[in-house]
Amino acid sequence: MTNGGWKGTILRINLTNGQISKEPLNMDWAKAFVGGRGLAAKYLYEEMDPKADALSPENKMIFATGPMTGTNASTSSRYMVVTKGALTNAITTSNSGGHWGPELKFAGYDMLIVEGQAPTPSYISICNDDVRICSAEHIWGKTVWETDDIVREESGQHDTVVTCIGPAGENLVRFAAIVNDRHRAAGRSGVGAVMGSKNLKAIAVRGTGGVPVANPEKFMSSMWAMKNKLTEHPVTGEGLAAYGTAVLVNIINESGAMPTNNHQASQMDGADNISGETLTDTRLVANKACFSCTIACGRVSQLPGEAQDKFTVTTRPHNWKIAVEGPEYENAWAMGADCGINDLDALIKANALCNELGMDPISFGATLAAAMELYESGAVSEEITGMQLNFGNSDALIAMTEQAAYREGFGDELAEGSKRMTAKFNKPEFFMGVRGQEFPAYDARAIQGMGLGYATSNRGACHLKSYTVAPEILGIPEKMDPGVTEGKAEITKIFQDATCTVDASGLCLFLTFGVGLEEMQPQIEAVTGIPYTVSELLEVGERVWNIERMWNQRAGFSGKDDTLPKRLLEEPIPDGPTKGEVNRLGEMLPEYYKLRGWDSEGEPTKEKLASLGLG
Amino acid sequence: MAKSLRIIPEKCTGCMQCELACSWVQTGMFQPSRSLIRVNVFDEQASYAPYTCFQCDEAWCMTACPVNAISVNESTGAKVVGDSNCVGCGLCTIACPFGTVFYNPDTQKAFKCDLCDGNPACVVACPTGAIEYTESESADWLGGWAEKVNSSYVASIEGGETA
Repeated sequence: MTNGGWKGTILRINLTNGQISKEPLNMDWAKAFVGGRGLAAKYLYEEMDPKADALSPENKMIFATGPMTGTNASTSSRYMVVTKGALTNAITTSNSGGHWGPELKFAGYDMLIVEGQAPTPSYISICNDDVRICSAEHIWGKTVWETDDIVREESGQHDTVVTCIGPAGENLVRFAAIVNDRHRAAGRSGVGAVMGSKNLKAIAVRGTGGVPVANPEKFMSSMWAMKNKLTEHPVTGEGLAAYGTAVLVNIINESGAMPTNNHQASQMDGADNISGETLTDTRLVANKACFSCTIACGRVSQLPGEAQDKFTVTTRPHNWKIAVEGPEYENAWAMGADCGINDLDALIKANALCNELGMDPISFGATLAAAMELYESGAVSEEITGMQLNFGNSDALIAMTEQAAYREGFGDELAEGSKRMTAKFNKPEFFMGVRGQEFPAYDARAIQGMGLGYATSNRGACHLKSYTVAPEILGIPEKMDPGVTEGKAEITKIFQDATCTVDASGLCLFLTFGVGLEEMQPQIEAVTGIPYTVSELLEVGERVWNIERMWNQRAGFSGKDDTLPKRLLEEPIPDGPTKGEVNRLGEMLPEYYKLRGWDSEGEPTKEKLASLGLG
Repeated sequence: MAKSLRIIPEKCTGCMQCELACSWVQTGMFQPSRSLIRVNVFDEQASYAPYTCFQCDEAWCMTACPVNAISVNESTGAKVVGDSNCVGCGLCTIACPFGTVFYNPDTQKAFKCDLCDGNPACVVACPTGAIEYTESESADWLGGWAEKVNSSYVASIEGGETA
């Protein structure tokens, strides 16, 4: 029984034998891990062998909301997909907004655990208590947008929300995404491929229930306090709202921290062409919010008539005329700067294609960037790639987006991700990532703390696990020098732990630009009725970080994997304001281990685990 | 002149804060299925349209009700369902040309926007000012907006066929 926040019920579906069951949420675990990323990690840790193949029936997928999900607290739209990543073989925690997470709560469930493998293509239909496994034979092969239309139609309810995979997930592309609401994605680490391996095409949800709150008065007053702070803050109230996440393009590029041409440089000429400001001036149709979000950083863009026929790709012409979401900063970087491309129209198209076909634009773009370096270095010829694959080639970007999703031609190599692809062509040094996952849009040579964050990130290189760009570049909450290593171990640990707490609550990380755990604490307390203190919430985060680490150790990872590619450690940035910099990981890692209470090999100590209740 | 809810769809981001606020008033929970204001999402046109009762001068819901359960609040002009009288027949939900009178399966009564006694929660909750509570003579803005959405929809369909 819960007083509020949690619904208290888990839905478990075994696709192998078709068994559907509902079970009470383990409330002891819920209190210790809160929900979302944290609680799902606990379940995955207890239930699954981390050594199982990511694409085997033994892998489990957990779709988890948090106690805040579905309330009117700003940004409370999030759900987490927690599973073993097809790209990384590590535990992954892919987060998405939109409407699907809240709808699962309204249907009555905190979490959905998917096990096994369906014998034939299937989709899950949830309408409150009525849960079914339906045939997806007729939609296998369809795009995300087609699937969304068909499954919603079949549900007979206008308000049904669908999360699904596209052709990329079906084809086990290692960076396939799970996409809900047509454009919001649990994008990274290949969660879409895991879903594809289970023959699971979609999960449709309709819920008519409500999310109760334990202490309504306290909840409403703290909710308004948090909302007002977000409105007043220059990032959440102005920057993100006015220009979307791509407001970062010019800021990061001018800081000399924008990886360009597969991290060969850290600044791109003409970056303003793909900035949030240019997007707003030339292609923006509307701002779009996720459920309950008062920031509304989502962009809806549309190509004008003359730009619609600019590219040679001729499939799905109708889709180039409609309004589509994006581009966001990360995909504008990955498919843009990292590939040497500064053509906004190409990015709008390629991003929409990624959403339509169900693919992570970060890993895809970064993998294409690695392929372009392979091509320019002569490691792969045009005979193999089927077309010129030089940096800056936006036609190649559009063509390869499709080829990767369908594993056609050279796309079949791209679909393996850049670690496997560069190894195959004997250039492993061209892989720019950690634990098999490609870097996001910040050069760790220019922002020292990000290097430590990437190297120690449990799900592989990621910008959403310790976003020290905030203090190091943006000065939030206080400015730190991005070029020094001092203090970075401490800030990285705090950011990692606090991020785990946010991810467990069901809130969006973006709200942390404007508020901290101090503002979230009264909300989480009021919704659950459990008097967490701020330090207890931070400890929840540390518990989550450590259980993910333990899961990974059991999967075969060790401190040896806490490293960065040679390029970032040894090849100085060639030009620009950060010229000459490398990442000095060695200066930060030992201190980080010590602050974490881990031994010098990066192994969590018994004492530390016992103090977190994990012993 | 009575105040009414005026919706400015161009400002709507589709965040559903209005639905959440309304459902909180109706049920004490966050339960959009019980909200009396609904946001319609037109993805391919990037349009979001909150809609709720317009408090028609000639209110067909009142005319249809066989037990006179719907009355006019003197101070706000809102058409209000009296729970003690309502028998849950649903005729008002059919009579409403806008589909803004709902049937609540939990209470087995009709329910509709009552303007929160003059302080509409949806207006307070909207972060972009897309819902205003102002004096106006008519709801003519609705027609203008519908025409705009319709023409852009037609254009997108025609574009699809000719491509």
